[in-house]
Amino acid sequence: MSGLDTLLQVRELRTVIESPLGAVRAVDSVSFDIRAGETFALVGESGCGKSLTALSLLRLLPDAARIDAGQVLLDGEDVLSLPEWRMREVRGARMAIVFQEPGTSLNPVLTVADQLIEVLQRHGAANGDPLGHARALLEQVGIPDAQRRLHEYPFQLSGGMKQRVMIAMALAAAPALLVADEPTTALDVTIQSQVLELLRRLQLERGMALLLITHDLAVVSEMAQQVAVMYAGQIVELAPRARFFSAPAHPYSQRLFAALPGGGEGRGRPLATIPGSVPALAQPFRGCRFAERCDRVRDVCRVRVPELIDVGDATRVRCHLYAPGQVPAAQPPTDAAAASVPADAPAGAARDEALLEVQGLRVHFPIRRGLFKRVVGHVRAVDEIDLRIASHRTLALVGESGCGKSTVGRGILQLLRPDGGRVLFQGEDLAAMPTGQLRTRRRHIQIIFQDPYASLNPRMRVRDLIAEGIDALEVVAEQTQCDPRIDAILAQVGLDAGMKWRYPHEFSGGQRQRIAIARALAVDPRLIVCDEPTSALDVSVQAQILNLLKELQSRLGLAYLFITHNIAVVEYLAHDVAVMYLGRIVERGRVEDVLGGPAHPYTQALLSAVPTLDPARRTQIIRLQGELPSPVNPPAGCHFHPRCPAASERCRIEYPQARTLPDGQVVHCHLYP
Amino acid sequence: MPFKPVILWTDALIFLLVAAIAALAWTVRRDEHLRAPWAKVARSRSGMCALVVLTAFVVTGLLDSLHYRPRLEGTGGAVNYGAEVRSAFDALADGLRTRTERTYSAPLATHAFSRESIERAHGTQAREYPRLRHGGAHLEDPHGERWPDVGRKTLAGAGLALALWTVLAMLLAALLAMRHREGIDGALSDLVHGCTEVPWRAMLLTAGALLAVAGPVWVLAGSYHVLGTDKVGQDILYQTLKSIRTGLVIGTLTTLVMLPFAVILGLMAGYFRGWIDDLVQYVYTTLSSIPGVLLIASAVLLTQVWMDNRPELFETVSERADVRLLFLCLILGITGWTGLCRLLRGEALKLREADYVQAARAFGVRDARILTRHLLPNVMHIVLIAAVMDFSGLVLAEAVLSYIGVGVDPSMISFGTMINNARLELAREPMVWWSLAAAFLFMFVLVLAANLFSDAVRDAFDPRMRSSWALPAALRPAQRLRAGSA
Repeated sequence: MSGLDTLLQVRELRTVIESPLGAVRAVDSVSFDIRAGETFALVGESGCGKSLTALSLLRLLPDAARIDAGQVLLDGEDVLSLPEWRMREVRGARMAIVFQEPGTSLNPVLTVADQLIEVLQRHGAANGDPLGHARALLEQVGIPDAQRRLHEYPFQLSGGMKQRVMIAMALAAAPALLVADEPTTALDVTIQSQVLELLRRLQLERGMALLLITHDLAVVSEMAQQVAVMYAGQIVELAPRARFFSAPAHPYSQRLFAALPGGGEGRGRPLATIPGSVPALAQPFRGCRFAERCDRVRDVCRVRVPELIDVGDATRVRCHLYAPGQVPAAQPPTDAAAASVPADAPAGAARDEALLEVQGLRVHFPIRRGLFKRVVGHVRAVDEIDLRIASHRTLALVGESGCGKSTVGRGILQLLRPDGGRVLFQGEDLAAMPTGQLRTRRRHIQIIFQDPYASLNPRMRVRDLIAEGIDALEVVAEQTQCDPRIDAILAQVGLDAGMKWRYPHEFSGGQRQRIAIARALAVDPRLIVCDEPTSALDVSVQAQILNLLKELQSRLGLAYLFITHNIAVVEYLAHDVAVMYLGRIVERGRVEDVLGGPAHPYTQALLSAVPTLDPARRTQIIRLQGELPSPVNPPAGCHFHPRCPAASERCRIEYPQARTLPDGQVVHCHLYP
Repeated sequence: MPFKPVILWTDALIFLLVAAIAALAWTVRRDEHLRAPWAKVARSRSGMCALVVLTAFVVTGLLDSLHYRPRLEGTGGAVNYGAEVRSAFDALADGLRTRTERTYSAPLATHAFSRESIERAHGTQAREYPRLRHGGAHLEDPHGERWPDVGRKTLAGAGLALALWTVLAMLLAALLAMRHREGIDGALSDLVHGCTEVPWRAMLLTAGALLAVAGPVWVLAGSYHVLGTDKVGQDILYQTLKSIRTGLVIGTLTTLVMLPFAVILGLMAGYFRGWIDDLVQYVYTTLSSIPGVLLIASAVLLTQVWMDNRPELFETVSERADVRLLFLCLILGITGWTGLCRLLRGEALKLREADYVQAARAFGVRDARILTRHLLPNVMHIVLIAAVMDFSGLVLAEAVLSYIGVGVDPSMISFGTMINNARLELAREPMVWWSLAAAFLFMFVLVLAANLFSDAVRDAFDPRMRSSWALPAALRPAQRLRAGSA
C-alpha cells in the first residue's frame, strides 16, 4: 500500500466526543492512505463519522470533540503533533477543505476579492498582483466574468457560484490534498455535475489528491479511484472503485446498493432495507458493529470484533465472513422484504377518471417596496400549469430547487390560495371554494413534508399529533373511536401502538417520517402530496419509506403527487412524471416515456446530469449554460432559451404551446411541430 | 377579633400570582417534557444558590403582604380599628418599627449623630451628643461597654444561626434519605461530598451564609440600630426590609400586566400578518418612540390628581399608596410590552411557516387552536426567559422613577424613596451614608440573585444554548457538523 507516492497516511485515528452519556467514539481506529493525485472517497450514512474524520485530519474539531489517538502523516510528517502555529501553515497550504454548505462558508460582509486575497496573503502566494492572482483563480474555477465577480458580495452569487468561490479559496495556496466534505449535496443536479466536473479537471491539472466525503454512491462511482465505506465510526470496507462497484464485499455495502432505487432492476420489486438503526457509539463493542442489522450474521459476529481482512484485489473488509478458512461468498443479499410488498397496481385501470385536475394554476407572490408597500412586481412561482392525477397512480413533479414545485403542492392544498386557475378535485374547484366549505374537503388531500424533524410539533405526543386531524375534521363520530383508529393507523405504517404516548424527539428520522405519514392517513385521504419525503433521510431509511408508500398505495388506492428532485426515486415510484422549469411545466408524460426518451432539451440536460452507478448507462453530460434565471422576470419567449443548446430565434419571442407527441408525451418546445 | 384583615389590591394580585405559580409547578411536575428544562435549572449551582437568596427575599415580601388593622384598645362597646394598616412582617419586627429615635444616628451608635442643645439641671445650656432613646440604652457606660457588648451579641447571634443551620441541614438530610430510601448516614455523606444531583451542598452553604448574617443582625437589632436611623429617627434596617415588598411587587406584577399584551398581540401579528400585523406594529412602534419616562410621569401625575380628587375612595393612607403602586405597575407594563411583543412577532412569523403548522392548516384546524396548541407552547421559553430577565430591570426602574419623583407614593417605603432621601443626606457634613449604603446593598443582592437565576433559566430553556451533542446516538443529518466557524 505504501509507495513512495503516498501523500497522506492515516493510522489508527480515534476521535472522541464528550457527551453527558459518556465518551462517544465517533471515529474509531480509522486507517487509510491517499496517494498523490488520487481521488479517495469516504462513503457512509449520516452519523457514521466521515465528516469528523475529515475535520480531524485538519484539526478543526468542535470544542466537545478531541483526537484521542492515532497519526496523520502528511508527506511523512505527523500533523497531529504539530503546534497550532505550524498547523496553520499546513491548513490551506498543504491541505485545504471545502464544506457542504456554500451559503454559510463565506463571510457575507466581505467581497469575493477580499476573501480570496486574505487567503493568498496568509500563505504568501500573493506576490505582486494579488487582485490579478485572485482573478486568475476565479477563472480557473470557471466563473464567467471574473473581473466583475471579484467585487461582488456572496449574496450576489448563486449557490453553485459560491461553491466555486469556496473551491477557489481552497486552491489559492496550491494544496497537495483537497478535502471536499459533501461538496455538492446542497446543490442541484445540473450544478452538481458542473462542480464535479470542475473538481475532476482541477485535480488533473494540478496533480492534487482529493478526499471526497459523500453519502451518494453515484457520485463516488463517477469520481473516485479508491473507496472506503464507513459504518459506526469504523472503515468496514476499503477497495478500488471497479472492484467495489462490481462486487461489494461487506454485507453493509451490499445492502446499501440493494437499497438504492433505480438500480436497474426495475420497479416491480420492493427495495431492500436495512432493519434497525446505527448503534449508539457510547458503548464498548464486543462484536461486529453491524451484527444487529446484518442478514448474514453468525455467532462469532456477536462475540469477536472483526479486523480488516485483506481479500485480494487491494481490497480489505472488516467482516468475519472473509476470515481465513471461510468460503468468501459474494452472494447478493437475500431479499427478506420481498413478500410483503405487492407488485405495482395494474396500470391504466383507473387512468381515465381524474382524481385531481389542475388547470392553469397560478401562484404569484407580490414584491412590495417603499413606504406604502406598493406592489412593484411578482415572483411568478407557479405560472399556468396543468396537471392530472388519477387514483391509484403517482405523478412525480420533478425540477431543480427554486422552480416552484413545492409551491404547486401548497397551491393544490390551498395552503396558498392561487391567483388564478382551477384545482378540480373530483370535479369540484377547490380554488374557488370559500374557507368553510373547503374545510370539509380537507380530508381528501393531505401532505407529507421533507424534514421529519420540522414537521412534527415537538411539544405534542404522537397520539395528539395524529388525533389533531381526526378531531379537526370530525372523522370519527365519537371520541371513543379515536384511539382504536390511531392504533390501527400506527400499525399500518409499521409502528407500535404503545409508541403513541411518546414525543417526536424520541424517534429516529425514519420513524418520524412514518408518524408524519400516519398523521396524513388518519383522515382517509384520497391524494397525498409528498413534498420530497425522503430527501432528508439516509439511503437505507429512504428505502423503507418508499416501500411503505408503495404498499399503502396498492392497499388503499391512494394517489400521490410526488415532488422530488431525485430522478432515481421517480423511476422507482412514479407512473407519470411532469418536469418543471421556472414555474412552468416543460414536459409531462408516462414515466418510461419521459425518462426513456426525454423530448425537451431541459429534460435531456437534467437526466444527463444525474450521476449513475452504472458506467454503461453514463451518457455525455449536456452542459447547461449559466444559472436558473430569477422568476421575478423570466426571459421572454421560452423560459429556457438562454440556456438551451437548440434555441432558435422563435424561442426568444414566443412561448411554445403544448404539443402532444405520438406516444402521449406533452412537451412545450418549438423543436416539435 | 383582635384585628381586621385588609386585602390591598397588590396583595390580592400577589397571592393570585403565587397560586398561579403553584398551579404551573403542579402541571410541570406531571409532564416530563416540561420538567426537563427545569431539572436542568435545578442542576445549575449558581442558579440554585441565587434561588436560595431570592427565596429569603420573597418570604420577607410575602410576610409583608399579609395586611391587617389592629383593634384599638379601650373605646368601650364600639369596636374600632386603627387607621394604620400593618402587615405580618410589621408584627414580627414590631421592635424595629416602634423604637424610633429623634433623628439621625449612625449604625450601632449609642449617641445621636449631631449635637443638640441640652438644658442642664442648673440652668446652663450645653451642646453635646445626647444618648439615644433605644440604641444601646441598656449600657451604663456606652464608651467602654459598647464594642464588647456588640461582640457578645454577634457571637450569640452566630450561635443561634449555627443551631438553626444544623437543624436545617438535618431536616434536608432526613428528607433526602426518605426520598432515596436510604439511611440518614448515606444521605448526609452524599450531602457533605456534594454528590447529589441538585447542588444541595452549595445551597446549604448559601443558606448558612445568609443565616450567619441574619442571626447576629437579629440579636443586635434588639438593642441597637444595626444600620442606623434616618432623619425622622426611623430604623434603616426596617426600611430596607420593607422596601423588598415594593421591589418584588413592581418586578412581578408589571410582568403580569405586560405578558397578555405581548403574547396575544405578538403572536397574532406574526401569525395573521396583513392588517392585524400592520396595526400591532403601528401601536408598538408609536409607543416605543415616546420617551418612556415622560409617558410614565404623565400617567402617574394623572392618577395622582384623580386620587386627590376622590379621597372618599380610600379608607387609609396605605390603600392610597397601594393603588398608586398598582397604577405604576400598570403603566410600566403598558409601556414595557413592546420589546417582548416584537420578539414574539418574529418568532410567530417563523413558526407559521413551520411544516407542522402547515400540516395543521392542511387539516383545517382553526386558527385559535393553531395559536394555542402549536404556536404558544413553542414560544413559552422566550416568554419565560423574558419575564425572569425583566424582573431585575424593573426593580431598578422603580428606584430611578422614585428618585425623579414619579415613582411610588412618598409614604410608601421603597428603595427609590430611600435613595431619593439620601440625595440630601450625602450633601451633609459629616455625610450620612448608611441609608444609601443599606438601600444599595439590599437592592444589589436582590438584583444579582435575580440575574444569576435568570441566567440559569435562560441556559436551560434557550434552544440555542443546548448542545447538539446531547443525544449522540440520534445525530441529525440536518445538523451535520460544520467547522466554518473554527
